[in-house]
Amino acid sequence: MIKKFMYLNRKAPYGTIYALESLEVVLIGAAFDQDVSLAFVDDGVYQLAKDQNTDAIGMKNFSPTYKALGDYEVNKIYVDSASLEERGLTVDDLMPLTYEDEDDDWAEKPSIRVVESAELAALMEEQDVILSF
Amino acid sequence: MKYGIVVNTGPYTHQASDSAYNFTAAALGKGHEVFRVFFYHDGVNNGTRLGVPPQDDRNLPEKWSALAEKHRLDLVVCVAAAQRRGVLDADEAKRHGKSADNIAPGFRISGLGQLIEAGIEADRLVVFGD
Repeated sequence: MIKKFMYLNRKAPYGTIYALESLEVVLIGAAFDQDVSLAFVDDGVYQLAKDQNTDAIGMKNFSPTYKALGDYEVNKIYVDSASLEERGLTVDDLMPLTYEDEDDDWAEKPSIRVVESAELAALMEEQDVILSF
Repeated sequence: MKYGIVVNTGPYTHQASDSAYNFTAAALGKGHEVFRVFFYHDGVNNGTRLGVPPQDDRNLPEKWSALAEKHRLDLVVCVAAAQRRGVLDADEAKRHGKSADNIAPGFRISGLGQLIEAGIEADRLVVFGD
């Protein structure tokens, strides 16, 4: 049975452990061949920010791991447009996450799609399981 | 209805684990099935037997243990989250050279795959705590 799983990420990458432990679930969950998507909302959009540097806070910079998601066939990554805008960010401030599309001669394609809140709500409505972190 | 339950906060600081316990007990009382209760983040702290709350307060780990014994409930503590926070069973303590274990009766330590499986198997996955 294939279910639709959405991982909803709402918190900044550091300050709490939720972003890191969410990513751990996503990576383990990828082995289960479910229909997986990730959504980044509120301060969660900072999880995808480029050029993260954690030297001054003594924590592990785990942001490179997001770049591996494409290899795990996790390639539906939705970013809430309003959350970006409220924080003065654009998609160019985010890591360029990509995946290779096996149905299109392994062409490299962007995984991130910026969506309006209404579309995100519609996507949530389709899900069987939403895990919010 | 077949439920999966996720508990993301520790006992006492937040009411969420009380709410999760009450929901689980009520669902079982009404004859529903609870496929699994999965403890993640600080929720793993529901699975230590070494807490000593005041005598006139509830002891949540003991309540979970009693519920598990009564209903053969599957209480699973995430291994990665538990290792970070010092929740260990005897095998884990031995493997990591620690002097003691603290897992409460009725709880078992396993991987995040158990959370995903609960999401797949349950009709509803209900999450408690932020």
